Amino acid sequence: MNATLACVLALAVGTYAFRLAGPVLHGRVELPDRVQELLTTGATVLLVALLATVALTEGRDFAGWARPAGVLVGGVLAWRRAPFAVVVVAASAVTALLRLAGVS
Amino acid sequence: MRSPHRTEDPSQRTDENAAPGLVRFSDLPPGVLRDIALVLLADVLVGVSFGAIAVGGGLPLWVPVLMSLLVYAGSAQFSAVGILTAGGGPVAAAATGLLLNTRTAAFSLALADDIGRTWTARLIGAHLITDETAAFVLAQKGRGQRKAAFWISGVGLFVAWNLSVLAGALTGSALGDTDRFGLDAAFPVVLLALVLPALRGDGAARRAAAAGAVIAVVAAPLLPPGLPVLLALLGLLAARRGPGRRRPRTPSPRTASRRTTPPGSAS
Repeated sequence: MNATLACVLALAVGTYAFRLAGPVLHGRVELPDRVQELLTTGATVLLVALLATVALTEGRDFAGWARPAGVLVGGVLAWRRAPFAVVVVAASAVTALLRLAGVS
Repeated sequence: MRSPHRTEDPSQRTDENAAPGLVRFSDLPPGVLRDIALVLLADVLVGVSFGAIAVGGGLPLWVPVLMSLLVYAGSAQFSAVGILTAGGGPVAAAATGLLLNTRTAAFSLALADDIGRTWTARLIGAHLITDETAAFVLAQKGRGQRKAAFWISGVGLFVAWNLSVLAGALTGSALGDTDRFGLDAAFPVVLLALVLPALRGDGAARRAAAAGAVIAVVAAPLLPPGLPVLLALLGLLAARRGPGRRRPRTPSPRTASRRTTPPGSAS
């Protein structure tokens, strides 16, 4: 079999298995409220860690200043309850303008 | 089935009997629908660039298209295609993608309750679990709203992602480098805006998230992609050991204060 196709299929099957974990276990294992709460907090922790690493790093290197600066501006706006669209557009605009100005 | 209720109150009957698999746009506040639409738009641009990058890097058209349909996970797809086009080999590409996607297992456990009860819903819904759907669901409070947020954002994102990847793969790099538009800042900021409501009223979650983010960022230059984010779960220990160790006896004030924020929206 084509090696690239095998790679795509392996990635697809593995990923689907990860995704199926919750729905398959649901209803079979009665999770205590405490564990359910921990899962919700865990998901939030994962999302925050993901956004932090994506904002600051590119592979194993620093992403440059433009991207984290944009994310920071968007984050402050979100914290001050600015509309979602404003938050996203402002973050992208700050990053794009910084790059236009030569800041990577 | 010959219940007298049948003719007396047909609207209620359909609500009770047909509802379990059904989600309506009206289940979500207009603000959340707008937010979902905006994330769809951002993902369309990212999808176009993914398709263009993959084909531009020398991969045949079917690779990004099939990958988007079957793998359907943006970060894993980018890293796998990056490794494939750089000549890193299919084994490394699959392994890195899988490592990046381990976090979806945690999301699927957290979201299991919101996907639905029938096996059809579970099997289809599982495939729609992404960072974005997890964030949208976690930002909602009510059970019905969480389910609606999952299915509306999930189906919308799946369709938008796959069509845009196909478009990008067909048109090539007409859009150019999307980093030029600062779109790489959009994904993290979307996640940030979506998790903020969950963080605002919950000191323990804030401590855990802050500790986890520091762990992940410090580990990022040292470990293969995917692992740093998993390591962030150690931040959960901070939630237990912080000053708020004794959990409040009455959770109602917290819930009440959270409800003052419009669900799922920073507006």
